[in-house]
Amino acid sequence: MNIGLFIPCYVNQLYPNAAIATMELLQKFGADVSYPSKQTCCGQPMANSGYEHLTQSCNDLFVENFSGFDYIVAPSASCVLHVKDHLHSHADEAAATEIRGKIYELVEFLTDVLKIEKLDAHFPHKVGIHQSCHGLRGLHLAQMSELVAPDFSKPRHLLNMVSGLELTELDRVDECCGFGGLFCIAEEAVSVKMGKDRITDHTKHGAEYITSPDLSCLMHMEGILQRNKSKVKIIHIAEILNSSSIRA
Amino acid sequence: MKSTLDHAALAEEFNKDEERVDWHDGALWWIRQKRDRSAHQTPQWEELREAASAIKSNVISNLHDYLIQFEENLKKNGVKVYWAADAEEHNQIVYSILKAKEIKQMVKSKSMLTEECHLNEFLEERGIEVINSDLGEYIQQIDNEPPSHIVLPCIHKRKEEIGELFHEHLGTEKGLSDPTLLTRVARKHLRNVFLTRRAALTGVNFAVAETGEYVVCTNEGNADMGAHLSEVQIASMGLEKIIPERKHLGVFLRLLARSAIGQPITIYSSHYKKPRPGQEMHLILVDKGRSNLLARPDFRESLKCIKCGGCMNTCPVYRKSGGLSYHNTISGPIGAILAPNLDMKQHADLPFASTLCGSCSNVCPVKIPIHEQLYKWRQEIVKQGYSANRKTFSMKAMALTLSSPEIYKTAGKTGRWLLNNAPFAINNKFNPWYKQRDMPDSSQQSFGEWYAKNGSKK
Amino acid sequence: MAAVKKNQPALSALPDITVFNVHEADVVKKYSEVFAGIGGLLVSAGSLENVKDHIIKDFDQGKRILSTLPKLTDVAELADADADPHTLEDVELAIIEARMAVAENGAVWLTEDVMGHRVLPYIAQHLAVIVREDSIVSTMHDAYAKIASEDYGFGGFIGGPSKTADIEQALVLGAHGPLSMTVYLIK
Repeated sequence: MNIGLFIPCYVNQLYPNAAIATMELLQKFGADVSYPSKQTCCGQPMANSGYEHLTQSCNDLFVENFSGFDYIVAPSASCVLHVKDHLHSHADEAAATEIRGKIYELVEFLTDVLKIEKLDAHFPHKVGIHQSCHGLRGLHLAQMSELVAPDFSKPRHLLNMVSGLELTELDRVDECCGFGGLFCIAEEAVSVKMGKDRITDHTKHGAEYITSPDLSCLMHMEGILQRNKSKVKIIHIAEILNSSSIRA
Repeated sequence: MKSTLDHAALAEEFNKDEERVDWHDGALWWIRQKRDRSAHQTPQWEELREAASAIKSNVISNLHDYLIQFEENLKKNGVKVYWAADAEEHNQIVYSILKAKEIKQMVKSKSMLTEECHLNEFLEERGIEVINSDLGEYIQQIDNEPPSHIVLPCIHKRKEEIGELFHEHLGTEKGLSDPTLLTRVARKHLRNVFLTRRAALTGVNFAVAETGEYVVCTNEGNADMGAHLSEVQIASMGLEKIIPERKHLGVFLRLLARSAIGQPITIYSSHYKKPRPGQEMHLILVDKGRSNLLARPDFRESLKCIKCGGCMNTCPVYRKSGGLSYHNTISGPIGAILAPNLDMKQHADLPFASTLCGSCSNVCPVKIPIHEQLYKWRQEIVKQGYSANRKTFSMKAMALTLSSPEIYKTAGKTGRWLLNNAPFAINNKFNPWYKQRDMPDSSQQSFGEWYAKNGSKK
Repeated sequence: MAAVKKNQPALSALPDITVFNVHEADVVKKYSEVFAGIGGLLVSAGSLENVKDHIIKDFDQGKRILSTLPKLTDVAELADADADPHTLEDVELAIIEARMAVAENGAVWLTEDVMGHRVLPYIAQHLAVIVREDSIVSTMHDAYAKIASEDYGFGGFIGGPSKTADIEQALVLGAHGPLSMTVYLIK
């Protein structure tokens, strides 16, 4: 199968290791992965700020870059959700529709499409899962705590395949971290408070690493962790799942 | 430049006292947990939400006929019916009812609608005293502050603060803060109010078109104490409170208190149908923006709201910023989608006071897709021109950058270069991110650059 | 109103709510558990005679006790439906027989014809309600099926003693309605 790798703008610039891990992981399962070099962004920051009407050319570029693959995979739940919900193109709506049907976030791609049952991965640390809201309530990567419905968690399912890894608990399993896109700047005080509270929940349960399918959440928490000189680190789930060859 | 009426500014103020934020946040989260427990104990909970949602969808699609039916039945039952287009008309109607009987004092039980209409101030200006009998509303009234939560009006107040208010207004001992003792004092004081007021006003939780009855839900019993001792009973309701048939009350009464506070039912769910012999009953149907909302296909679902407050309890932004920072009678997620319809200019900031996490939509008993409406209101607000020019300019710049691969690469590279070589350009007090967070590490090459060198070889 | 007619969307159908028909195997047990759980006092009295004994034992006979049941005139004053409600201010205990009770939430259903005066169940310092075991239903749906299209002037579900948690979420039993509620179950 050929996969078009979609790497969100900030992952590309600031967390390249997560992108590399994503690519390597998919290649391990036999996929032919390419990275369309002219890609930029999904347009979410503008749309969530009320400027969806400005995202047309960004959308068109996305369609141009990603047509023709069997699947498009991205290490970012929020970006994938945005594309699934909002990708439309005046130029080629048929292509846009096709893309919306073929785009997956990494975790759901591994569990739902590749249906992997084991991983050759080793990460001997205590890890807390941060359920990003877009991944959780948008892509249904796990059951939402508000609903009376059977429990499940795709990230947990995958992390359970990693040897040496111990999953830590949480008091509030799916409270938002407060990143929220431009919210983190526009409502800085509440945003940081929300991030701090998530971190406290993880650290009081002994987490050494906080992982998530969304680096935007992790970036926000990392900013707070580092400011407070914490030993706790963030790591994108791709890097854990790919950890037999983790880059230094 | 943030105005003092902006959610972000008010929230920042609220966050200056972290201990208080933790306390407020913890109290409301505990209520969310109670809600979860009671939902899990109710068979077919998700189906019940779906049914309530469908009933309310039917109501808003047939509102006109249901209102006509309701009015006919009210009249048959001996209730006087009035229609008010806006707050001013509503307030005038209440005033004229009281004036006709030369009534100068009224006792009120909880009605968010009358809060929205600023009824109390209107009547006070005309020499009519109004006392809020719901304990939380009473506390807010004597403190001259609006309620911060539609169900838990003074959830933001510590018991010591309430004790201080009681000391000032009811002559209790200074320093008394025990909730039971304070409640007993309020009971005694308000009992006397009930016994001496000739007029009582209540809100309406549910109005049954089929029978002309309406239901008022309380835990305290204050609505009934006021109403059954009164000569003149007035009920104020928003048009959207209608439900089609009496049996539908079964669905809503099973959902309301569980969604609100994790209780199987409110202590008192009183069905008012006809006046007592010698008593007058009046009911005012109020529009105040509701028919406008009905016209908006993207937003009309918010009319399904049964005012349980569940969305406020689950919302992390609400819990960590307090209801008063929403500067609107109805705060929290539901407030943020109702307020822009009433006054887009004043409330343009509210749909942005959210991370769009979606928790609210999941707890809503009538399944209003609140987080989706928040997103849509943002588009509407920008379209109507209520977004700061500065923001529009930077958004257009972003749109340009993201639609051009070359500009994008250059921008990314420049950003990283700045972070590495001229951190002071970014790490300064003009950068809100930097206030309490370090900037991300930018030392490596971008993935694009790495791939160009290594990726295509694999 | 014209605006309402103009603005409303296309008609959407009402759902079938008969699907909510979960029934408790033992409604009396469920009712008892739930009612006690919300701060009510439950007594399995068995008969009206036993209720009288409980009233004498549990409540101060020196205070004003009112009832709407003619059979309880040994222990209570018979309520006068035409009395001025303000004269009920000093009622210590009101004893009323419920039309039915609901197991899922511990509530009793009273209509004004059994209340004596509408204000009585709310103004009394303490409320006692007699519930016949065979009048207990499982859920609110069952309750409304039983109420059907009865024409009352006023009716109310009462689910326990009045309460508030408005002060720092501390639960206080006894807000403006009765300070306590006792349910006497009789066969």
